[in-house]
Amino acid sequence: MAVDATKQEAHITVRNLTMAYGDFVIQRDLSFTVNRGEVFIIMGGSGCGKSTLMRHMIGLKTPAKGEVLYGEKDFWAADLEDRQRMMRHFGVLYQSGALWSSMTLAENVALPLEEYTDLSPNDIREVASLKLALVGLAGFEEFYPSEISGGMQKRAGLARAMALDPDILFFDEPSAGLDPISARLLDDLILELRDSLGATVVVVTHELASIFAIADNSVFLDPETRTMIAVGNPKTLRDESEDPKVHRFLTRGESTLPGE
Amino acid sequence: MASQAQLSFDRPDNRTLIVRLAGSWRVADGVPSPSAVQDELESDPPVECIRFDTQNLGAWDTGLLIFLRKLQDGFANRQVEVDAGGLPEGAGRLLNLAAAVPEKKDTGKGAKRTSFLAMVGGEVITAVASTAEMVRFIGEATIALGAFLRGRASYRRSELMLIIQECGAQALPIVSLISFLVGLILAFVGAVQLMQFGAQIYVADLVGIAMVREMGAMMAAIIMAGRTGAAFAAQLGTMTVNEEIDALKTLGISPMEFLVLPRMLALILMMPLLCLYADLVGMLGGLLVGVGMLDITFVEYFNQTVGAVDLNDIALGVVKSAVFGVLVALSGCLRGMQSGRSASAVGVAATSAVVTAIVFIIVTDAIFAVVTNIIGV
Ligand SMILES: Nc1ncnc2c1ncn2[C@@H]1O[C@H](COP(=O)(O)OP(=O)(O)OP(=O)(O)O)[C@@H](O)[C@H]1O
Ligand SMILES: [Mg+2]
Repeated sequence: MAVDATKQEAHITVRNLTMAYGDFVIQRDLSFTVNRGEVFIIMGGSGCGKSTLMRHMIGLKTPAKGEVLYGEKDFWAADLEDRQRMMRHFGVLYQSGALWSSMTLAENVALPLEEYTDLSPNDIREVASLKLALVGLAGFEEFYPSEISGGMQKRAGLARAMALDPDILFFDEPSAGLDPISARLLDDLILELRDSLGATVVVVTHELASIFAIADNSVFLDPETRTMIAVGNPKTLRDESEDPKVHRFLTRGESTLPGE
Repeated sequence: MASQAQLSFDRPDNRTLIVRLAGSWRVADGVPSPSAVQDELESDPPVECIRFDTQNLGAWDTGLLIFLRKLQDGFANRQVEVDAGGLPEGAGRLLNLAAAVPEKKDTGKGAKRTSFLAMVGGEVITAVASTAEMVRFIGEATIALGAFLRGRASYRRSELMLIIQECGAQALPIVSLISFLVGLILAFVGAVQLMQFGAQIYVADLVGIAMVREMGAMMAAIIMAGRTGAAFAAQLGTMTVNEEIDALKTLGISPMEFLVLPRMLALILMMPLLCLYADLVGMLGGLLVGVGMLDITFVEYFNQTVGAVDLNDIALGVVKSAVFGVLVALSGCLRGMQSGRSASAVGVAATSAVVTAIVFIIVTDAIFAVVTNIIGV
């Protein structure tokens, strides 16, 4: 597969990032690299700043300190126009779905296509229903977000994130609210998007099953020390990490370190 | 970027068609229409088996998937054998994934055509239902008010205080501006006519009585309808969207008592005060014209006003304004609670809250005018 040749090319580099709301520091000194074509997981307990980290990476919140690089380019040092050009290559699924409530699902998926491609209305409709079919929502084109379930809203948000075949997909808790089978299909879809379209995928999640199924690499944020305490493949971390917090998280608190 | 998407065909033997895809198949660059393949299928001799050759296929994305999906639909009602082996592995898997969950057909979302008569009938039924809903809402609000008077209503005092501040003190600047200007305008209009008879001193009577009986209450009510009524509708509408109202209901807390009652109380309390304030500021506007333009002294104008306006007039204005307050609060809350679950529905709710409130204010004011005329107040 084409992905392997470029496996080690850094796509996103986060360097000495400090995130804060006003004076309230959420996390400090975050440094990690997401390689091209990788599925990268941001994990950690609730409220530790995962969504906030994602907001820094997609350009919604300015870092208090440090930088985010896409390839060689410093995202936050670039001017607004450059930043928007880079943002066009992102697809984002927000934690709460964030579908536009006054548009149907098809219109939600179609909006980015209408804005940024020259496709004919017919083709846009085709693409929108393909994307909806990919997330298991074939036939729901004409529904409004308030007429479908929470998990379905999540999947529709995913379809919208994929609309422009982005280079980088950011998913904030994609499988929250899904039944195990849909969650499994979603994992397959994420891997498939990575393998066939070569997308880089950054996922915020704490579903262990899906972490182990899809992750190539991960970062673990700790709310107490306010910084990252582990980076690496989650399976390796589970089996080899010395840190009791990481180990507890990855084993659902069921086993303790041999030494403890 | 690599070359354009290309589509070509090959017939190695009578029964097989090879579809060759080459170049870059991306949505952004445009992809060929699958109708060429359909045409090829029609040709003689009939094709029994289709294979794909993608050796020269460059980059691809959704564009290729769309093409293949349209092809699949075309094959569905034909006796051809499709060998997808030649396709990129990922494309085949993505297509399978898209087909993994069958399309939902019985969603009841088909394009239904309604005749004109049916549409009119539908509108009438909706109008009747919404009147019934309004009456029920007024009834429930009355019950909530009853519960409050018996001291049994569950609402948060702090919220009531906040709303009182929001629709009382914070409305003062705009009420000042508008009623000052209304007083000024009344005085101007009156002055032009009265000066012809040398009766300009009666400008004080005109402004005083008009402000106190009509304009003070009316202007305050219309300002509050646009300002506070719309805000109530937007607040309650957003709460409906976020299921906050459902959350209250499941806790056994009546949204009527918890949300509507404090808003109604706040306006019942604040509207008369705003009305009195508007009366005063309006008369100040008249005073400015009288003293500045008509050579009436301050004392003359003051005495004339005091002589013209009696307590009955003031009381009438104050009572009206309390009633208007109830109308503004009820229409804001009613439209908010009826709101649909989308951002634009909240916008519609706010708009229709203002319209409803203003219509009711004017109608009620007309009723007051007739009744007070009959009973001679
Ligand atoms: N707008 C804001 N202003 C101030 N603090 C905020 C704001 N948004 C989030 N926070 C704080 O930032 C911290 C991290 O929030 P964030 O939403 O990133 O958590 P999270 O890791 O995504 O949690 P979860 O897994 O529950 O989604 C929280 O402690 C929260 O209180
Ligand atoms: Mg979050």
